[in-house]
Amino acid sequence: MARVELEKVFKRYGSFETVHGIDLAIKDNEFVVLVGPSGCGKSTILRMIAGLEEISDGTMRIGDRVVNDIDPKSRNVAMVFQNYALYPHKNVFDNMGFSLKMAGLSRNEIKEKVEQAAKVLELTPYLDRKPAALSGGQRQRVAMGRAIVRDPDVFLFDEPLSNLDAQLRTQMRMELKKLHIKMKTTTIYVTHDQVEAMTLADRIVVIKDGTIHQVGTPIEVFEKPKTVFVAKFIGNPPTNIMAGQVAEQGGAKGILCENGMFLPFPHETALEIGRKVLAGIRPDAIAAEEAVNKFSPAWQYDVQVLFSEIVGGQSLLEFDINGTSMVAELDGRHKVDPGTTLKLGFDLDRLFVFDPETNLALDW
Amino acid sequence: MKKKTVKPSRVALYVVLLLLVVVYLLPAYLTLITALKDPSEISLPHSWDFPAVLNWKSFSEAFALLKPNIINSFILTICATAISIALGSINGYVFSKWKFKGSELIFTLLLFGMFIPYQVILIPLFQTLRAMNLYGGLPGLILAHVVYGLPITSLIFRNFYMQIPDSLVESATLDGAGFFSIYTQVIFPLSIPGFVVTSIWQSTQIWNEFLWGITLTRHSANPITVGLAQLAGGQAVSWNLPMAGSILAALPVLFIYIVMGRYFIRGLLAGSVKG
Ligand SMILES: Nc1ncnc2c1ncn2[C@@H]1O[C@H](COP(=O)(O)OP(=O)(O)OP(=O)(O)O)[C@@H](O)[C@H]1O
Ligand SMILES: [Mg+2]
Repeated sequence: MARVELEKVFKRYGSFETVHGIDLAIKDNEFVVLVGPSGCGKSTILRMIAGLEEISDGTMRIGDRVVNDIDPKSRNVAMVFQNYALYPHKNVFDNMGFSLKMAGLSRNEIKEKVEQAAKVLELTPYLDRKPAALSGGQRQRVAMGRAIVRDPDVFLFDEPLSNLDAQLRTQMRMELKKLHIKMKTTTIYVTHDQVEAMTLADRIVVIKDGTIHQVGTPIEVFEKPKTVFVAKFIGNPPTNIMAGQVAEQGGAKGILCENGMFLPFPHETALEIGRKVLAGIRPDAIAAEEAVNKFSPAWQYDVQVLFSEIVGGQSLLEFDINGTSMVAELDGRHKVDPGTTLKLGFDLDRLFVFDPETNLALDW
Repeated sequence: MKKKTVKPSRVALYVVLLLLVVVYLLPAYLTLITALKDPSEISLPHSWDFPAVLNWKSFSEAFALLKPNIINSFILTICATAISIALGSINGYVFSKWKFKGSELIFTLLLFGMFIPYQVILIPLFQTLRAMNLYGGLPGLILAHVVYGLPITSLIFRNFYMQIPDSLVESATLDGAGFFSIYTQVIFPLSIPGFVVTSIWQSTQIWNEFLWGITLTRHSANPITVGLAQLAGGQAVSWNLPMAGSILAALPVLFIYIVMGRYFIRGLLAGSVKG
């Protein structure tokens, strides 16, 4: 078990820079999830930690060692690949035991460790099978088994569940979490599925274009996004963002949006009148029907419904307010005809305010 | 059941194909019947006649005469094939999974070797072997065939290994395997089809090669192709012997294709590794 620290780490392919000097400190036993859109550099970062890619600049530490120049096999990290990368000609036992064999363990020690891991992962009946004769979920577990038999300092996962169907993905996700609670190994997990990120992570690292936008617990990232990108990327449907400026209306300070909507600030703020801002409001911070009455009349708005759909126990509502369309995620099942006028309540305690120039969250 | 109507174009096609088959098989037929004739029975006007009595002795006589050459050819083919595919496999492994700065360039240069005709390098090859003190014997000929086989075997193996996902190699790296253990534990076991393809290709090429055989070896080291030519040379040739010898010489290649042919096709087409 070990800390992992990245200090000003860069990755360049020739003159093309893909990772721009990131700083990241991962604590011992921590489960950290890297999320971000495709091509943002998640795999590259993971592969640099594994030692499969050289780092172009900066310092990387695992435990107390600087590992910049240490080759992959001496880093004591285990990686689970998206395509599992099982050895097709070896059976499950030999796949899982390969690293132990390379480490020179005796046949008996290998047998003991592999069988123990197989038991944890419920793979015991399949030890003699070749990967081709396994289901996707079983292959995934073998890949995981191959990682855990080694008792590594760090687990690296690169989208390990993305090849599974939705149901199996949920199941494997929970098993992974249980495994981490049991083994407590430092884990770095790459995904672009934000449900996986939210449920698995102790801390989430949101990455875009090779830079870190925010590092925080799932709740911090969800409730206190540091950039507009984080507000939009985390959470589904994404945060509604409206441009506007700080103004005073009826004695209250707030944001006057370009569409004429006025969002009063829930508390005192030093933001000066006239300052341009971006306002963000999460779809689930919007309520309908009786729930509206929890809010003061100033937080209630009349809107026109564009479209509604029911998703399990919740409803998604797309509505128009003074010509801008927004999305609300409502508790309960609301089937509303398009064109209906509806009163919605906005929970402005959860209002986000960003600077339109830098796209960074404002301290207000 | 409805009777199928046969289109005239089909008939024409089959007639043409049949004719071509006959043309193609005529030499083989001539070889066979000549081999089975008694020497006294062989003459130009009667060359197409079926033998009056079957003279099986031609084969044993030809075999006795060609035995040293056959042994030479077996040694040559087995050694040169084994070495050239072993090296080709390692080359392919490096060019596909251990690329380094300039490896693509080296690979391209290596491929040029495939397009150089045997005749072009004959004299420099002869001089080189003599300078190395390898001229005249089997080792020199083996070396020549190994070197000449490297471009094609490297190419086949490289293309074969390109289909093995890099993540397998990376995974083995993290599992603690190095350059050679990745090769022996992961790459080699997955490349049996590649070995079949290259070994068929190389052994056929080497077994059938004549020009180097005759120019680079002394009499005692002559391969079968050279032995056959000598059997057919000279003034009064009893033609049944070289004909029987040809058939004997063709047998190993025929055998390889019949036994391994389907792996050959399969290896050329597939060669992919399912993840
Ligand atoms: N060998 C390479 N040469 C040049 N650019 C590369 C190379 N490998 C990756 N890149 C670039 O680096 C960037 C980051 O790639 P990376 O694979 O880390 O993305 P990712 O976040 O894992 O995306 P995904 O979610 O699609 O897997 C991409 O823009 C990619 O094109
Ligand atoms: Mg990736």
